[in-house]
Amino acid sequence: MPKLAADDLKKIKESYKSVFTIREGGQRATVTVHMGTSGIAAGARSVMLALLDEIHQSRVNDVIANASGSSGVSGKEPMATVEISGQEPVVYGGLDSESIKKIFREHVLNGSPVQQYIAARESEPSCESES
Amino acid sequence: MKTHRISVMLCGGTGCIASGSLKLRDAMVEEINKRGLQDEVNVVLTGCNGFCAQGPVMTIYPEDIFYQKVKVDDIPLIVEEHFIKGRPVEKLFYKEPVKKKIIPLMRDIPFFSLQVLRALRNKGLIDAEKIDEYIARDGYQAAAKAITQMTPEQIVDEMKRSGLRGRGGAGFSTGLKWELCAKVEGAQKYILCNGDEGDPGAFMDRSIMEADPHVLLEGMLIGAKAIGANKGFIYVRAEYPLAVQRLRIAIAQAKEYGLLGDNILGTDFCLDIEVYLGAGAFVCGEETALMRSIEGERGMPTPRPPFPAQKGLWGKPSVLNNVETYANIPMIILKGADWFRTMGTEKSAGTKVFALSGAINNIGLIEVPMGIPLRQIIYDIGGGIPRGRKFKAVQLGGPSGGCMPESLLDTPVTYEDIVQTGAIVGSGGMVVMDNFNCMVNVAKFFLEFTADESCGKCTPCRIGTTVMLDLLTKITEGKGREGDIELLQNLSQDITESSLCGLGQTAPNPVLTTIRYFRDEYESHINEKWCKTGVCKDLCTFYIDKEKCIGCGACARACPKKAVSGEKKKPHEIDQNMCIQCRVCYETCKFDSVKIGPRSMREELGKKEEKEQTTDADHQTVETA
Repeated sequence: MPKLAADDLKKIKESYKSVFTIREGGQRATVTVHMGTSGIAAGARSVMLALLDEIHQSRVNDVIANASGSSGVSGKEPMATVEISGQEPVVYGGLDSESIKKIFREHVLNGSPVQQYIAARESEPSCESES
Repeated sequence: MKTHRISVMLCGGTGCIASGSLKLRDAMVEEINKRGLQDEVNVVLTGCNGFCAQGPVMTIYPEDIFYQKVKVDDIPLIVEEHFIKGRPVEKLFYKEPVKKKIIPLMRDIPFFSLQVLRALRNKGLIDAEKIDEYIARDGYQAAAKAITQMTPEQIVDEMKRSGLRGRGGAGFSTGLKWELCAKVEGAQKYILCNGDEGDPGAFMDRSIMEADPHVLLEGMLIGAKAIGANKGFIYVRAEYPLAVQRLRIAIAQAKEYGLLGDNILGTDFCLDIEVYLGAGAFVCGEETALMRSIEGERGMPTPRPPFPAQKGLWGKPSVLNNVETYANIPMIILKGADWFRTMGTEKSAGTKVFALSGAINNIGLIEVPMGIPLRQIIYDIGGGIPRGRKFKAVQLGGPSGGCMPESLLDTPVTYEDIVQTGAIVGSGGMVVMDNFNCMVNVAKFFLEFTADESCGKCTPCRIGTTVMLDLLTKITEGKGREGDIELLQNLSQDITESSLCGLGQTAPNPVLTTIRYFRDEYESHINEKWCKTGVCKDLCTFYIDKEKCIGCGACARACPKKAVSGEKKKPHEIDQNMCIQCRVCYETCKFDSVKIGPRSMREELGKKEEKEQTTDADHQTVETA
């Protein structure tokens, strides 16, 4: 291991940012994949894995991927909620590993929600809401 | 480094390891691999989380879910339900002891939410054996600032302005201590750390060394720069193997990074730190005795002056600070003295770590702002007294401290306020006692400790504590005489005034405070031969109040000698000739019908029983005293 200079401390800190975003919070965005039984049956695991892969590829360190129980809307599984801090959560439905990547790139990274997959805009989605 | 989505912070402090956290880690890693989650879940063995009695404990991030008393069998459930399906496992949540409310998130549990973490800021958040994780939490930035940007005078000045006082017990200004040593000329100086935590019921320093060993090294680096030392020793008792192991790992890592050794951070500043194992003698927590012990001499104190700042280890100028003191220093240098003063009071700035133990619901390690009332610590953070019992006293400051009664619970916890009561803040041991504790016995317990730990160098401490212990033993055995209380007080004064070191000077404190606040207990022990709590076996008689007894039979089932008898749903009776005064019946009874009388009742009741048996008379209600 090389001997450190004072500036190296900050570099090490930076390289751990994503780890400590998970532990300490302060994330810019959270993407929650709904992992109820029906969600998993509909392919939520592959959505989660695609999301994690995309986070890793994009090298962002302030976005958290989370799992939660069923969203309560079985018809539109797999579902995910994107919550950018300070903004209303957006619930997406009918996802697969490609669409979650698109949502990650366009909504999480660039700030524009992907209209075609939106299931609801409230945190409590209802069955009637249009996509 | 692959990005995880879940961090499992499993407590690897001594308490949780004892209750099985290493097995949990292995089971967790195995299960995670089995389910193919190894890239998603990061399992970290942290230092002490603080909530020791609930162990093994773990916190799951990002949700901040707190699991307690986790068993190996629970692991598949956690992985399946929580990690895969996102449904936290409710049966492992914390249950608030008074209202029985279930609280899933760590930040909502009063034990955690009411604390202010400074010295313990990294507890449960980092892997104690990875220097990078410490650096990721701003580690070594204060040392870098002190070494590359500050003069020794500036460091001393910042420390003095912060108002930080030694957390080991005496409460001496850290900045002033450093200034005294910095001013002494000398090519060789030593920076020392006192990790010889010896108070019964205290584990603050151990937890810091286990959870965050680098903070200690960083504090010592800053101190070394301030006083001009190039060699340091951490004195730790050998009974803390995990702390020693983690300190050694930390030192090796810091050396590899060039944060210890020669030319630190590319400057001409050098510091080498060594861990020195003590054999566990209580007196070695005293600074001069500690230095003699490092020198290879027998651990005995030497008279002061000369003070260690002038002539310390091997006669060279030395500074000795406690573990918790060092843990406070990096943040003072990084954030400034004014920031430090935002917590605490004018004369007692900052926060203090306490080890809460004894008769309290939430046993563990806490950090609170100085000035917080004792009542808030005991009832809000500590969750009150378990098993429906009543608070009786809290012992602060270990064998050098004192017992404080209910009436003093609103005392703010500061050095100056606590000392008024006869106790001391000390290193932070806080032992809570309920109404089942006999205060004479408590005093005897602490005197047994100090009499045993007295190094024997000076007569007042060696003989004085033994004589006091003899007196207390006689009192608890029913051989106390009138005048014993005054004799104890006089002896206490003599020992305090004439002992060489802090051990002897403070040893009488537990006796003096229990006499001061619980004198009636001493008097009833001596005059009436009556220990009202039933702790002193020779001074009590257990009997059943027949008016109150409903005949549930709980005490009869619990009695190991089958001394309790009676018909179902009819008042029971204790056979005095069989009773061994174990107090189980008293502790078992939910109807307050087992009573404790003075010793003299035993013979009366015993005779009565014999008479009743011979005359075959009806049961008579026993008159109670």
